[in-house]
Amino acid sequence: MFDTLIAGLLRGNVYALGAVGISLVFGVMNVVNFAQFSFFGLGAMLAWFFVAELGLSFWIALPLVLVICGALGLLINITVVRPLAKFLPLAAMLSTYAVSQILDNVSQITFTAEFRVFPKVLPTSNFHIGNMRFGTSDVVMLAITGVVMGVMAVFLKYGRTGQAIRATAQDQEAALQMGIPVGRIQHVAFVIASALGGLAGVFIALYVGIANPTSGLNVGMTAFVAATLGGLGSLGGAVVGGFVLGILEAFGIHFFGDTAREIIIFFILIVVLIVRPGGLMGKVPLLSTEPLTGTFLGKGRPLKIPRWVWPVAFVVGGVVIPLVANNYVLTTGTQVLIYAVIAAGFTVTAGQAAVLALGQAGPIAIGAYTSALLTLYLPVSFWLAVPLAGLSAAIVASILASPIWGVKGHYISIATLGIGTVIVAIIRLVEPQGIYGITMPKWGDTLLATPVAYYLIDFGVLVLTLVVMWRIRHSHLGKVISSVGSDEIAALASGVRARDYKALAFAISAFFSGVGGSLLAHQYTYIDPTIFTMLMSLLVVTIVIMGGVSLPYGAVIGSIILIGAMELLRFTPELRIVVYGLVLILVVRFRPGGILVRNS
Amino acid sequence: MSGQLLEVVNLERHFEGLKAVDGISFIVAPSEVVSIIGPNGSGKTTTLNLVTGTIPANGGTISLDGLRIDHGDTARIAEHGVARTFQNGRVFATLSVADNIEVGIHSTLRASRPFRSLSHLFLLRWISLLGELFVAIVGTPGSRRERVQIDATVQEEIRRFETRLGPRRDDPAYSLSYANRRRTEIARALALKPQLLVLDEPTAGMNQSETVEVLEQLLELKAEGQAILLVEHKLDLVMKVSDRIIVMDGGRIIAEGPPEVVRRDPAVIEAYLGHRRVPGGKDTA
Repeated sequence: MFDTLIAGLLRGNVYALGAVGISLVFGVMNVVNFAQFSFFGLGAMLAWFFVAELGLSFWIALPLVLVICGALGLLINITVVRPLAKFLPLAAMLSTYAVSQILDNVSQITFTAEFRVFPKVLPTSNFHIGNMRFGTSDVVMLAITGVVMGVMAVFLKYGRTGQAIRATAQDQEAALQMGIPVGRIQHVAFVIASALGGLAGVFIALYVGIANPTSGLNVGMTAFVAATLGGLGSLGGAVVGGFVLGILEAFGIHFFGDTAREIIIFFILIVVLIVRPGGLMGKVPLLSTEPLTGTFLGKGRPLKIPRWVWPVAFVVGGVVIPLVANNYVLTTGTQVLIYAVIAAGFTVTAGQAAVLALGQAGPIAIGAYTSALLTLYLPVSFWLAVPLAGLSAAIVASILASPIWGVKGHYISIATLGIGTVIVAIIRLVEPQGIYGITMPKWGDTLLATPVAYYLIDFGVLVLTLVVMWRIRHSHLGKVISSVGSDEIAALASGVRARDYKALAFAISAFFSGVGGSLLAHQYTYIDPTIFTMLMSLLVVTIVIMGGVSLPYGAVIGSIILIGAMELLRFTPELRIVVYGLVLILVVRFRPGGILVRNS
Repeated sequence: MSGQLLEVVNLERHFEGLKAVDGISFIVAPSEVVSIIGPNGSGKTTTLNLVTGTIPANGGTISLDGLRIDHGDTARIAEHGVARTFQNGRVFATLSVADNIEVGIHSTLRASRPFRSLSHLFLLRWISLLGELFVAIVGTPGSRRERVQIDATVQEEIRRFETRLGPRRDDPAYSLSYANRRRTEIARALALKPQLLVLDEPTAGMNQSETVEVLEQLLELKAEGQAILLVEHKLDLVMKVSDRIIVMDGGRIIAEGPPEVVRRDPAVIEAYLGHRRVPGGKDTA
C-alpha cells in the first residue's frame, strides 16, 4: 500500500512540474501549450545524451538540460506562439501542437526512435521502511521538486517579475497599462515552463529508467489533465492536480492494471469538470463569453466559389481520376476521400457549434470496430454495415459525451479529448489484438476489392456527406447550431437550448466519423487500437481548420493537402511530420480562418 | 394576482457577500412600459438577468401570466415569451443580420420542429432533435411552407429598421457598427413575438440622433401594445417612454411610480445626484 503511495507521489511529482508549466503559460497567454509535451521527451533524451553518450556527470547534465529547454522555449515563443497569440489564442494553441510535432520528430531524427536505457545515476532501492523500499533517487527527486515549488511560490509572491506574472495572468490589458512589459513577462513564463518541462522529463527518465523521444506525449497528456484538474491558470491547482492524479493513477494501476491507466485519468478529469467546471481551484465566471468563440471564428468570409467549380470537381473527382490514375494514386485518393468524409461531418461541431472536439478518433474507432464485427460475425453486408457503423458511433459517443455539454471554453475540448481517449482505451482493454480479415465490399457476387472500386464507393459516400452537410448548413437548424457556437448566452435568451444543439452537432459529426471509420476498416481489412490515436484526432481537427473550420467543402481541400500531398513525403516519415507542422503554422499565420476564407 | 403580465415577489440574488438584488417586488401589466433606473451597481441588470433566467435567483418568485418562470431555464423562459437584449449587444457574430433574426423565430416554429413539445424532456428531447435534423436534411411540405413564413417575418423585422439594417441584410453581424448590432439584437428579440420585451440599455454607446431613433422605435412598439421592461441611463428617454418607473439603489427599490412623480422624489434625487456638498466636509457624491 505504501509502495503504491510512494509510486503515486513520484509520478505526481512529475505531473505537478509539467502541470505548473502548462498552467503558467495558460495564465499569462491564454494558450494551451502542447509544445510543453515535447519538453518531457526532449528533457529525457538530452539528459540521456549528456550522461550516457558524453559521460558528463548527472549534476552537470541537469542544469544543461534546463538551460537548453528554456532557451528553446524562448525561441518558440518569439517565433511562433507570441505572434499568433496576440490575435488568435486558438491558432496559437494549434501552432504549439505543430511545434511539438516538429520537436518530437527532430528529436527522433537526431536520437532515433529507440528506447534507451537511462543510466542509474543514483541508487534506487537503498532505503526501506518496514518492507517498503525506495532510493536516494526518489528522495532527491521529491526534494528538488519541493525546492523548485518553494522557490516558485516565493518568486511569484514577492519577486517583482513574479508579481508581474501574476498581474499579467489576471488582466493582460491592465498589466500593460501599468507599465508591465507583458511581452517580456510572457517570455519569462515560457522559459520557466519549458525548463520545468525539461526537468520533469529528466525525472521520468530517472524514475522509469528508460528514455525515448516520443515518450513526452503520454506524460504531457497526463500533466495537461493535471493542470486542467487543478484549474487552468492556477499554479497551486496545478501542484494539487499533479499529486492527486499521480496518487489516484498509482492506486488505479495497482487495482486495475496498467491498461486502465488512461481510462482512470480521463474518468477523473471528466467527473471533476462536470462537478467543478473550472477545475478544483479555478474559477469560472458566472456570465462569460466563450473564450474560443469570436476569437477564432467570425473573422473572415468564405471565398465565393463560382458555380462551375462544383460540376467540374464532380467530374474530375468521380470520372477523370478513376479513369486515368494508377493504383497508387487511387489508394491515396481513397484515404483523402475517407478523411474528407470524417472532416466534412466534423465541421458542424468544430465550426458551427464551435466545439473544438479533440477526440474524433473515438467515434472513428467505434465505426471501424462495429463495421468489422458486424460483417465478420453476422450476416450483414458492407452496404448496411456502413450506416450502422455511423449510427453506433453517434449513439455511443453521444451517450458518453452527454454529461459534458455544460462545460465551457477550452475545457470542453479537453473533455472531448478525454472521451475519445477513453473509447479507444476501452476497445484496447476488450479487444487488444486487433481484427484481421475484415470482409471486402461485394456487389451481388462481384468482389469490389480493386483500388478503383474502393475509390468510387468512397467518392459516392463523400458526395452524399457533402449534400447532407450542405442541407444542414442552410436550414433553420444549421443557423440555430451556428448561433450556439457564436454566443451561447444570447442563443439561450432566444429560446435555443444550447446544450442540446451542441450534443446534436456532436452526434452528427460522430455519425460521419463512424462512417469514415467503417470505410477505413474495410479498406485496410485489418484494424487494431494503435490506429486510432490522438494524432488521428488532431489530424481531423487540422484538416477542418486548414480548409475553413465551418465549411464542409473546405474539409475536402484540407484533406487533399494534409492527406494527399503529405503522402508524397511517405518515404520519409519523420520529415513528413515536420513539413506537416510547418504547413499548419503557415496556414494559421497567413490564413487564420482557413484557406477558403478571406481574412477581414 | 391575475391580470398582471410579469409579477416579481421578494426576488433575491447575492454574489458572495454582496446583495445585488435584495428582496424586490414589482409588476409589469400587459402593454405596459416599465423602466428600471438607478445608479451603477444598484442591481438593475442583475434584475433583468434574473427575470430572463440568465442567472439563477437565490430567493423569491417570478411569474409570467400566472406561470412561474423562476426555474432558471433561460430557453424555456424565452419560449414562454420573454425576449431580451444585452447591455453590450450580443449578436451572433458569424451569422448574417437576417439569420440572426431567424434564430429569434426559433421558439415559435412548428413544422421545422415537429416534436418540439418533447424538447425539454430528458431523453425524449432526442426525438425532438432528430425530428429537426430530419426536416433540415429531407424537408416536409409543412417545413417548406414555414420557410416562406420565416423569410416574411425576418423581412418584417428588418423593415422596422429599414434604412439601417435593410442594406446590411446579408452581411455577417461582426461587420456591423455598434448601433446596428443593437438594432439587430432588438429585431431578433421582436422576432420571438414576445409577451414581454426586456431591454438592457438599448442606447448605451449611441449618440444623440441614434438615441432619438431608438426612442421613436420604442414609442412605436408602445403604440403597438408591446409590454417592455427597460433598463436605461438616459433619463429623458425613460421619462418619455415609460408608463411607470422603478428606482433601484443598493439592490432595493427606493421609489416607484409614473415619471412625473419619480422625477420629484427626494430619495431619487439623492440616489442620482448625491448629497449636497457640505463646506469643509467630505464630498459624498
